Amino acid sequence: MSETKINMVAPPEGVVGEGFFATKLNEVVGMARANSLWPLPFATSCCGIEFMATMASHYDLGRFGSERNSFSPRQADMLLVMGTISKKMGGVLRQVYEQMAEPRWVIAVGACASSGGIFDTYSVLQGIDKVIPVDVYVPGCPPRPEQIIDGIMKLQELVRTESVRRRSSPEYQELLASYNIK
Amino acid sequence: MALETTAIQEKLVAAFGADVFDFKQDRDIFSFEITSDINTAVLLFLKNDPILRFHFLTDLCGVHYPENDVNHQFEIVYHLHNWYENKRIRIKTFLNGENPEIKTASTIFLSTNWMERETYDFYGINFIGHPQLKRILNMDEMVSFPMRKEFPLEDSGRTDKDDRFFGRTSINI
Repeated sequence: MSETKINMVAPPEGVVGEGFFATKLNEVVGMARANSLWPLPFATSCCGIEFMATMASHYDLGRFGSERNSFSPRQADMLLVMGTISKKMGGVLRQVYEQMAEPRWVIAVGACASSGGIFDTYSVLQGIDKVIPVDVYVPGCPPRPEQIIDGIMKLQELVRTESVRRRSSPEYQELLASYNIK
Repeated sequence: MALETTAIQEKLVAAFGADVFDFKQDRDIFSFEITSDINTAVLLFLKNDPILRFHFLTDLCGVHYPENDVNHQFEIVYHLHNWYENKRIRIKTFLNGENPEIKTASTIFLSTNWMERETYDFYGINFIGHPQLKRILNMDEMVSFPMRKEFPLEDSGRTDKDDRFFGRTSINI
């Protein structure tokens, strides 16, 4: 067979022997999760257009295992909030987050989702971290697809190194409780 | 024959007398002022009169003038359109600043239902007889009427924005 262009993810550290490979469960689970993050796009404005470019053939987020957009929060791993979120929309965003199954991660893409951006006004939520916890912030107005991919790679790093016990830890429960999310 | 503004004015003055006043051609639109208690009567008259036939309401909005005397602090503006003659007019009426209220026009023009809700949402103007006078664009929990000048435009909850980086302080240290 001629040379293939498929890149394989390197196996985690472990002990290799004849017919067996021993490693930590954390690392295997982290590797599996990090390379198959199903995105849930929550796009309200121009950052969403950049995300469309990110998903399309030229930038192709499928290369990072995020081939399939999930338009149902139930099957999604990674919520990408792209665009200005008004206060009235804040409740909807929160509900979408609550419907996602654990483990779930959130990326705030662009200035508006991260901080309200230029919309320092009575009707706009001043950053989505006012209503839901955020893992990665991507700066830019709007960010280029490279920046969005960079944010997703940062998140992959988080996912890869996250302990499988984190979601049941008291710290995590406390974080959710601080947002009043059950 | 086109509908002349003088004809509109004469008919209105004949029907309502001094309650309809300040007629003027304001750039390309004929506008006049009415007292706030006859708003529904004037709208009905303009809609049903066989010559005037202003049967289409294009816009309704509020304006806040906090500097004015107390009886002229809020303004309601109606825009009407006669499709037969392609003639548009503007009607203005002023409301009391402490207790802004006016009769609803939603029984005459159904389209004003949402416009009156919007005007209530942003200015807190009470439309008497409106079937469902509640907020339409802003979140229900909001307590202010944000387009009133006494309420701040900026969000008070911002924590990450340093005024020095936004040109809001006189000295940039």
